[in-house]
Amino acid sequence: MQKWLPATLPALISATWGGQAFAAGIDVKVEIPRLNVAEYHRPYVAVWLERPDQSTATHLAVWYQQSDGPEGKGTKWLKDLRQWWRKGGRELNMPFDGVSGATKPAGEHGLSFTEGKAPFAKLPAGDYQLVVEAAREVGGRELVRVPFTWPPKGAQSLKAEGKEELGAVSLQLKP
Amino acid sequence: MQRTFKLLALAAALAVSTAAQAHSYWMVPSSTVLSSPQWITVDAAVSNDMFHFNHRPLAIEPLVIVAPDGSKVAPANVSKGELRSTFDVKLEQKGTYRLELVRAGIRANWKEGDKPKRWMGTAEAFAKEVPADAPDLQVSETISRLESFVSVGAPSALKVSGKGLELQPITHPNDLIAAEKASFQFLVDGKPAAGVEVTLVRGERRYRNAQDEIKVTTDKDGKFAVAFPQAGMYWLDADVQDDKVSVKAAKQRSLAYTATLEVLPQ
Repeated sequence: MQKWLPATLPALISATWGGQAFAAGIDVKVEIPRLNVAEYHRPYVAVWLERPDQSTATHLAVWYQQSDGPEGKGTKWLKDLRQWWRKGGRELNMPFDGVSGATKPAGEHGLSFTEGKAPFAKLPAGDYQLVVEAAREVGGRELVRVPFTWPPKGAQSLKAEGKEELGAVSLQLKP
Repeated sequence: MQRTFKLLALAAALAVSTAAQAHSYWMVPSSTVLSSPQWITVDAAVSNDMFHFNHRPLAIEPLVIVAPDGSKVAPANVSKGELRSTFDVKLEQKGTYRLELVRAGIRANWKEGDKPKRWMGTAEAFAKEVPADAPDLQVSETISRLESFVSVGAPSALKVSGKGLELQPITHPNDLIAAEKASFQFLVDGKPAAGVEVTLVRGERRYRNAQDEIKVTTDKDGKFAVAFPQAGMYWLDADVQDDKVSVKAAKQRSLAYTATLEVLPQ
């Protein structure tokens, strides 16, 4: 027992802390504004990363109605997230593990991604854009982009603001 | 002098009236981009203003709906109204469906005594029903193709038949976005068709004062590119005439291609 501890402990500690030290990643915050409209539906929201040529680097999140409603399956309206649909959404099979989830109410919603852990793949160094698209039944559609460079030089906080269907969108880069 | 002038005026008036009376025919699907299997409904009509039911219904008997796997799907709830025809289609496979309406046949005009006779039908019927020695016999062949496309999920490749005038998409017809350049190729009997004049007209014509048509001509490879100025339903039309007839009596062949394309906003 006594022999075992000193030998293993440093390894255990370095594994834990070392892992943390290398856990580069991003935190995304998406604000869904409270809208004063007669008929409110929660928006469908897609979050993904784009390369400079606007091709998709990775899909991060898709929030849509998961249960079948009176108007059919929720997947019927995924095409209304027009850019996301065209930029690769249509190639995916829903539900998509680790990416798709239920629609969210108004408020601020946080997402955390660690590099190398699905769905945030190892990104080659370069310029990217975080894209957040929201589309709402009997409502509008809006797209917000936040440009960033990966890997970040240090901890960095970037922000963009939607006008209608999205509120503040923030991106925390963790080196 | 006076007479010549009158004749010229008459000729001009005739030319204008034929152009004005050239009705176009079209099909409009309720959706062209779908994210899950579902029903769509389609309107089909003949009119002056694109996608506005104001003349007569389109005869849709020759309609064929080709599923992504090449199988044929039967339309449901087919109905013919006074101003439009409608039908529904259940789209269950992933990929692109092609709605096509092809008309091919022979047209003949001749005289029986003083009376002009007009005839239209298939090549086989022509041999039986039209007297080869009829006076003033004029024969022409026609192939016209009317199409629209609907995709469930990711669009899939489209194959041409190799007969008549056809559009070979380079940019998929269910991947058209306003202000982005889209490219296509025109083929006659499967071979690139150079110098084909293509006309594009956006719908909702009645809410603007001019036709605002876009005209493009195919290059030596039969290709053309267009950036749709704004989102909407577009009517695409091209017509070609040649002498590649299959019936001896015919002198010329008229080929027509028409499609309805949906362009989505950025």
